[in-house]
Amino acid sequence: MPTIVVDVMPKPEILDPQGKAIAGALPRLGFTGFASVRQGRRFELTVEGEVTEDVLAQARKAAEELLSNPVIEDVVNVAVLTESAQDESQSA
Amino acid sequence: MTAQNTELPLIGDYSTAGPVLSGARIGVVTFPGTLDDRDAARAVRLAGGEAVALWHAEPEGAAALSALDAVIIPGGFSYGDYLRAGAIARFAPLMDAIIAAAGGNRRSGNDAGPGTLGGSAAGLPVLGICNGFQILTESHLLPGSMIKNENLKFLCQDQALRVENSTTAWTREFTAGEEITVPLKNQDGQYVADEKTLDRLEGEGLVTFRYVGGNPNGSRRDIAGITNAAGNVVGLMPHPEHAVEPGFGPDSAEGMRLGTDGLGIFTSVVASIAGGSK
Repeated sequence: MPTIVVDVMPKPEILDPQGKAIAGALPRLGFTGFASVRQGRRFELTVEGEVTEDVLAQARKAAEELLSNPVIEDVVNVAVLTESAQDESQSA
Repeated sequence: MTAQNTELPLIGDYSTAGPVLSGARIGVVTFPGTLDDRDAARAVRLAGGEAVALWHAEPEGAAALSALDAVIIPGGFSYGDYLRAGAIARFAPLMDAIIAAAGGNRRSGNDAGPGTLGGSAAGLPVLGICNGFQILTESHLLPGSMIKNENLKFLCQDQALRVENSTTAWTREFTAGEEITVPLKNQDGQYVADEKTLDRLEGEGLVTFRYVGGNPNGSRRDIAGITNAAGNVVGLMPHPEHAVEPGFGPDSAEGMRLGTDGLGIFTSVVASIAGGSK
């Protein structure tokens, strides 16, 4: 079934305490190549049948009104997951 | 565990009210995952009001609210804090009715009881405590939002607050500048808003409670609680309902656990309902 991916990130000006904690843990495990981390979230909305323009519009609206809180977060991506990307993620 | 537990409930049934002095009927909302509804109901009773249980899925929300003088959205973890704290609860059927009533769109009641604001355009007094505050911001009844505490720790401590605004429906029994101590317990308690919003809150005197003695969670401008312009909607992160009864509150100058500073929030709304505007 086709899937719409929604990515939400904390606004750049909002401190991200979780990202900061992860950034602090990385060098302790020997991952020293990263200056900072910001943690967001990814939603996968599965669609029954075709992804029509209407369904995509619904996904965008849901992303703005429920999946994100515009006071602290930005919707950075709403996109249909392509078949090849889906196959990749399943075989990975 | 034992029969004793059922014979001696520590927290009474909502209906077994103590002496109701004021006739004020105050709804206490329960969502799946709400924790502090019984404490809030008890605080209402100790303040002289009658606590009325409100279930989040109440189909006749507007009708249920029209028989009430105020509503408390208590603390806890509604819907397990899934998605964001308060985000799912905001879309409960009852919340639409609360949002409308808080904005002044109340059904003018023929059943307006003594002290009921029935028929007036005044918004229903609504108090959001902790998770209730988060629900009020998600509902856009109050500006800003909460993110995780700066140090990522779940905090549970007695917290000193300064009452900055003593004109709201929920703070009129205090004096401006008065310091109170009530418990604070949360993980997502860091109040954030953009600078413009913060300036407006400060400029219009809408900051209602501020942390004193150190900012526990990184909240912008030490904000612990705010109100709307009309003063009927108040949200705060700390828990006044846990500081209403000697023996069960924070430590105070009088002795261990004797602090009852939170009671003023509940007597304030009872007085607002009984006495109209200050």
